[in-house]
Amino acid sequence: MKPVQTARYPEEARGALSFGKRFRPHEAVILALLFFCAAVSILTTLGIIVVLGAESSALFKEVSLWEFVSGTSWQPTIGEFGILPLVNATLMTSLAAMLVALPLGLGVAIYLAEYASERVRETLKPILEVLAGVPTVVHGYFALTVVTPALRGLFGQESIEVYNTLSAGLVMGILILPLISSMCEDALSAVPRSLREAAYAMGATKLETSVTIIVPAAFSGIAAAFILGLSRAVGETMIVALAAGAGPNLTLNPLKAAETMTGHIVRISGGDISYDSMDYRSLFAIALVLFLATLALNMVSRSIVKKYREVYE
Amino acid sequence: MRLFKKSAPEANRLEATIGSGDSGQALEAKSLSIFYGEFEAVKRLSIGFERKKVTALIGPSGCGKSTALRAFNRMNELIRGVRTEGEVSFRGVNVYDPDVDAVQVRRWIGMVFQKPNPFSKSIYENIAWGARINGYQGGFDELVENSLKQVALWDEVKDKLKESAYALSGGQQQRLCIARAVALKPEILLMDEPTSALDPISTAKIESLLDDLKKRYTIIIVTHNMQQAGRVSDKTGFMLLGELVEYSDTKELFFNPKDPRTENYISGRFG
Repeated sequence: MKPVQTARYPEEARGALSFGKRFRPHEAVILALLFFCAAVSILTTLGIIVVLGAESSALFKEVSLWEFVSGTSWQPTIGEFGILPLVNATLMTSLAAMLVALPLGLGVAIYLAEYASERVRETLKPILEVLAGVPTVVHGYFALTVVTPALRGLFGQESIEVYNTLSAGLVMGILILPLISSMCEDALSAVPRSLREAAYAMGATKLETSVTIIVPAAFSGIAAAFILGLSRAVGETMIVALAAGAGPNLTLNPLKAAETMTGHIVRISGGDISYDSMDYRSLFAIALVLFLATLALNMVSRSIVKKYREVYE
Repeated sequence: MRLFKKSAPEANRLEATIGSGDSGQALEAKSLSIFYGEFEAVKRLSIGFERKKVTALIGPSGCGKSTALRAFNRMNELIRGVRTEGEVSFRGVNVYDPDVDAVQVRRWIGMVFQKPNPFSKSIYENIAWGARINGYQGGFDELVENSLKQVALWDEVKDKLKESAYALSGGQQQRLCIARAVALKPEILLMDEPTSALDPISTAKIESLLDDLKKRYTIIIVTHNMQQAGRVSDKTGFMLLGELVEYSDTKELFFNPKDPRTENYISGRFG
């Protein structure tokens, strides 16, 4: 039996085809709407840059740029605006965080990508992602009430201050760990199967294959993960505000309290400072430095991925 | 020198000595069956490969020839859900014996893959790496040069050994992969459609290499290009639906096939 089709297209009913241009107003509306969505984030970023720039330039009328970047004392109340103590503390906590996060994260990634069975991977990955979802204030509290007492028990009460950059840094490492391991795992999994097969076919063990073939082949992704993690560490606020210390302090000793750039902004902007004062403007200058640092790190990370990406046939 | 791991008390039976060996088969499969889950991709394959000859396995796509080839050096174990039954005998040892170390088997039975897959390292390191992990004692420069000369690549790359292997053309990359395999002085070289991703000129270069390489190595090549099998091999096996239909001298198989299915395939009626 032949299928009978009674419904017809409008052209069939009319008996003619027309190729003239149609007017479709909804297309233009949608286009404008979508463009607006994209523009909002860009405009917001631009707005932030403008505000940061304007307020900091007001500060730099009073304080020379050289004094700002090279001064070793940050005491707004007596007019000393040397950012080095804050930058130094940020670098110390970030370094400690990366020393924890990179080896652990890479280890987790190698385990997940090369060693773990399908089932283990499918259980472990979501758990890691949950770890990434823990609010950072919890991490900060954890650093202050668990890690610091543990460190003090380990090294002696006198040698470690209640607030210290080491404990904040270590916990920040745990915070960044999921980011690093997830990005590294993606990079390792993106290495084509054929490279693993080539290595195994030459009598390589799993360890030799993972460490000397797969990790170097995924270098660009791992480097990008490292730098993004560093950028996250530099900008991280809650943990250092709670556990690193309240008060700028230029010290290389991680067992002493020191205030990071982010920590300082939190403490000062939470207190009662008057608008239009030097203290107030100095916060914008610190924020500008933070913004430039993370922007630079993100750009470096992107360029590494671009430059070193292996082109696999 | 030990070819196989020695861990079990009576592991002496897993040892073999380097030497010319007996004149028999270099590799022999006995009722080898390979399953992907429930699907039997290779059905009770029994075949012997002669020393220092080129043996081709031909057949249409999906006939199990690549699966069989990958079973000879236990590469199938890297794929989840593959089960292997039967025996593969190499140097008097069944490589599927539970006490045999797959890593050691692969070290002596090298493999070249369908697509060139050099490591993301320099040309030099692509060759030196395998030798290093296998404890090679001696001059690496000499080894690299010799290996590249065996695949007629030395003159093309001798001035850029430190450059990335990805800078080479596809055909050069594939010859580098062969050089990388022969640098380990394997007994057997398995080639899984080594020219299917290459242009005709690169293909011709690799085919002409095989004549030289078979003076030193036993070569088993899988190809779905019948003309290639005719050009390069001494013996040919024709596989269909997981079974070895016919196996004989290449000339015999192409000019005087015994099985009607072989005749149909080589005369181009299917596949």
